[in-house]
Amino acid sequence: MSAVIEGKGGFRAWLNKRLPVDQFIADQLTGYYAPKNFNIWYFFGSLALLVFVMQIVTGIFVTMHFKPGETTAWNSVQYMVREVPYMWLIQPMHAVGASFFFIVVYLHMARALMYGSYKAPRELLWVIGMLIYLALMAEAFMGYVLPNGNMSYWGAQVIINLFGTIPGIGPGLVEWIRGDYGIGDATLTRFFSLHVVALPFIIALLVALHLVALRQVGSSNPDGIEIKAKLGPDGKPLDGIPFHPYYTLKDIVGVGLFLTLFAIVVFFMPTFFGLFMEAPNFEPANPVSTPEHIAPVWYFTPYYAILRAVPDQKMGALLMAISVAAFLFLPWLDRAQNKSIRYRGLVSKLLLGMFFITFLVLMWLGLKPAEGLYVMLARIFTALYFAFFILLPFVSKADGNGPVPERVTYHAH
Amino acid sequence: MNDYAADDAVPEVDESRRKFLIAATAGTGAVGAVLTAVPFVASWNPSESARAAGLPTEIDLSRIDPGQMATFFWRKQQIYVVKRTPEMLATLSNHDGELKDKDSEKSDQPAYTKNAQRSLRPDVLVLIGTCTHLGCLPKTRFTPNDASVMPNWPGGFFCPCHGSKFDLAGRVFEGSPASVNLKIPPYSFPADNKLVIGVDAAAEKGAA
Repeated sequence: MSAVIEGKGGFRAWLNKRLPVDQFIADQLTGYYAPKNFNIWYFFGSLALLVFVMQIVTGIFVTMHFKPGETTAWNSVQYMVREVPYMWLIQPMHAVGASFFFIVVYLHMARALMYGSYKAPRELLWVIGMLIYLALMAEAFMGYVLPNGNMSYWGAQVIINLFGTIPGIGPGLVEWIRGDYGIGDATLTRFFSLHVVALPFIIALLVALHLVALRQVGSSNPDGIEIKAKLGPDGKPLDGIPFHPYYTLKDIVGVGLFLTLFAIVVFFMPTFFGLFMEAPNFEPANPVSTPEHIAPVWYFTPYYAILRAVPDQKMGALLMAISVAAFLFLPWLDRAQNKSIRYRGLVSKLLLGMFFITFLVLMWLGLKPAEGLYVMLARIFTALYFAFFILLPFVSKADGNGPVPERVTYHAH
Repeated sequence: MNDYAADDAVPEVDESRRKFLIAATAGTGAVGAVLTAVPFVASWNPSESARAAGLPTEIDLSRIDPGQMATFFWRKQQIYVVKRTPEMLATLSNHDGELKDKDSEKSDQPAYTKNAQRSLRPDVLVLIGTCTHLGCLPKTRFTPNDASVMPNWPGGFFCPCHGSKFDLAGRVFEGSPASVNLKIPPYSFPADNKLVIGVDAAAEKGAA
């Protein structure tokens, strides 16, 4: 590594003596060996980083015109998109970006579930990733409340009231979160502070930790075998290639495709059929008029469906909390020898497939009114959701020990 | 000048003394950190003006006709005040079997309203107009036998969001997603036609 730094004169040497730039690039990119058999599922890590940066940049500009508060928030958003040059573009980029963030993160997580990326030695990598997901949920929720539309108001009402179901401290906790007896100025200004300052810092820190942990254990791959087990004479993994230039170039293709889709949605369908921006949020918050039907944004609806599926509110809130937290324990619930779904039995494949379908069905049910057949379905799929986590230890132990190849499967293009 | 420099002896480390000092320093630091957190955590509580805006509200009952409902704001919540007629009161005892919590055992209300009519005075019903399911505003459906709500409807409240149904005492019907009755705020009657929201009937002097 030190060869990178030595042998160069002039400014570069002067700089590297004071700031290890070349060393950093070597450690993180040119000297970081990733498995050569990545497929398209491996786009979503770098895309998540891209969306995060996009949200920060667009967020900085939205903050320049946004005025948090009960009476000012709604008008300032209307003002910026109607009268400030190009804010008609930047504000929807920020709002649509939130949905794209979750699309990318869910696909990134689905990848980890398929290829067992959370299994040893990557447990902490997974746990840090889950913490990012939780922080992101808080960030997105508060961002949704800030414009103080009618769905912002009533959505916040429902979500904050969930904390009231905690025995003993519940009612006081709700008042403490809102800083008032209802959602008001105090609530919106503190959410603004958290959304703009505290949570982005926390997410940035967690992303840095996620990357440090990734460099420590190395990327997993679709075959779920460790490339570090087969080293070449140079001490580098035989099945590894330097992240730069190989994967930086591959990721540029992903970035191009992603930005194309993103631009299509931002320009031609920013509300995305009422999913990315809900109709009731195009009128200001009104404490005396509830929207016909309260539903959170699509990325929260699987958990919302679980909340509503339970006839008892306290139990519902508890089950919802468990349904989110369950992901944290996956590294220890999965007792298979093999990581990748490729080398697991049919039952494992069916179980994971069932879970993916269940998550999507619950997502759809959370958007539907809680009545009649929908309630029945929500109960069935809530049971299936938890069945995945309960059955996984047994199925994976019995079904996940088949033979795996010595080297990664790779077809040159 | 120190002793061990002269005779080159290695000083003996008093391990227990070192452990004690480390623990004492860390402990003091931790206590300091927790105490420092107090102002930051407490700053999230409602401000003085928010508290002032949450002071008791006075309502003139003579402005409400029998059989009618008026709504008021108290602590950013809608308060429903219904003047119940004898006919309305008579409906309350006819559907005990269909209620989830007929005696309000699991529900949230001041002790002096935990009775058959869920009120201090039978003719005046005071409720917090927030559905106990997920916080929507229940609508009035006072006309009995309104088949659009349910067969044999006795009159009451219907939440348009998720279909919770409540009777004229705010008690929830079976088959509703809400599991408890509508909440009741603390209130009292300082005079015959004067209702005060936010002051308990038992302690007229202090705010709730």
